[in-house]
Amino acid sequence: MSFLGYRRPNDAVGVRNHIGIISTTVCATDLALWISQRVHGTAPFLHSQGCCQTKPDLETVTRTLISLGCNPNLAGVLVVGLGCESIVADEVANGIARSGKPVAKILAQKLGGIMGALAEGVRIAQDMVSKASQIKREEFPDSELVIGVKCGASDTTSGLVSNPVAGATFDLLLDQGGTCVFGETTEFMGAEHILARRAATPEIAQRIIKSVADIEQRVNAMGCDMRGGQPAGGNIRGGLSTIEEKSLGAIVKSGTRTINGFYEYGERVDGKGLFIVDSPGREPEILTALAAAGVQVILFSTGLGAPQGFPFVPIIKLTGNPNTYQGLSDYIDIFIDIENSTIVQAGQELYQEALRVASGKQTKAEIINYGCFPNILTVGPII
Amino acid sequence: MKQKVVVLNSRDNVATALVSLRAGDILELEAGGETRTVKLTGDVPFGHKFSLFEIEPDSPVIKYGEVIGLATAMINTGDYVHIHNLVSARGRGDLKGGKG
Repeated sequence: MSFLGYRRPNDAVGVRNHIGIISTTVCATDLALWISQRVHGTAPFLHSQGCCQTKPDLETVTRTLISLGCNPNLAGVLVVGLGCESIVADEVANGIARSGKPVAKILAQKLGGIMGALAEGVRIAQDMVSKASQIKREEFPDSELVIGVKCGASDTTSGLVSNPVAGATFDLLLDQGGTCVFGETTEFMGAEHILARRAATPEIAQRIIKSVADIEQRVNAMGCDMRGGQPAGGNIRGGLSTIEEKSLGAIVKSGTRTINGFYEYGERVDGKGLFIVDSPGREPEILTALAAAGVQVILFSTGLGAPQGFPFVPIIKLTGNPNTYQGLSDYIDIFIDIENSTIVQAGQELYQEALRVASGKQTKAEIINYGCFPNILTVGPII
Repeated sequence: MKQKVVVLNSRDNVATALVSLRAGDILELEAGGETRTVKLTGDVPFGHKFSLFEIEPDSPVIKYGEVIGLATAMINTGDYVHIHNLVSARGRGDLKGGKG
């Protein structure tokens, strides 16, 4: 099977053709948003990090911004900074430029303020969109597909229906030689031993175990029971009593195949196969991690109905909860009617939908442009 | 007919309700390698759990064939199982010497 995508200069394949407007820091966020609002064909990446943070966090932000800019769904990137922030805009722009795509940079403090930078940013973005619009879709084998998965607003149907269906889709793509990425290491807790058994090497198994131990230690350092935060109140009302129960249902979304690698937050995955990116469960941070990893499409399994999209990665929402689909059909794409289907059949249908979305079909969150406020995970203090 | 409950693994000591169930409902299901009849002692909402066996306090509650937490009280066969009688053993910074 195949899909229609955009070939990038480094031979990566994109499924969308946006110009990314990437803010380096919280102070440039409004400017990046305004440029994006003025120029059709752009997608902003806005966040509240990038200054007055400790060195490890600043490195994470820089790495993540570069990886996001390299995502093949972006035909080109305009990096938007203020000028005095901790993040070095040139470092971000140069890192993205190594992918071969066009990259430009503006700093408000060098362009006579916000209005001067807005005018210059709009002019550059307009030119980039004009050039990108001439790139045509080409046919690619599905082994070029890179899919991420996330589950959110989970209830019992997530673990029983939508997560296993997403997992079946992962297995299908991996058997075709494609690439799949998952994360949410907090939601490995209580199930990490099962994932570790699927690791290709003892080192990967150790990193899986260690990532969970690290997040558990950070949680315990707060001196409280994490229940209410994980599982969230809605999860508990949906029937999930403990993090162990939530995790055992959550890991099913990764399918059953061998895990070929483990990456830090904000890293791009390299090669084909099944990979983990270390990330928490909350949507704004995990969706960023998946986009930074280089996924073209995200499968989002939900029980109670999470709404998020992502600025330049289409997100397919699926649920096995009939009440959720009926009540929230403006942002849930697919209902899995498990009474009239099997997990494997539904996985095959979802795989076909992923190919259609990769080829240009718009998801519901894309159409209503919901999901403009993602974030980058940082762990240290704001200083 | 719509399946009312699911037991995910033969090791499990709880089942999950696929429809809302009421106290007094009698369910026949496969558990622990045999067919059992369980009478519910309380209402069990859609997506929630009930016990298939007696579970002693501090004993593991098992779903997916794996431990999902520990019983905090005596759980009798057919009891509704949720946060009132089941507690997580992970991410417990509130317990001195908690795991992790």
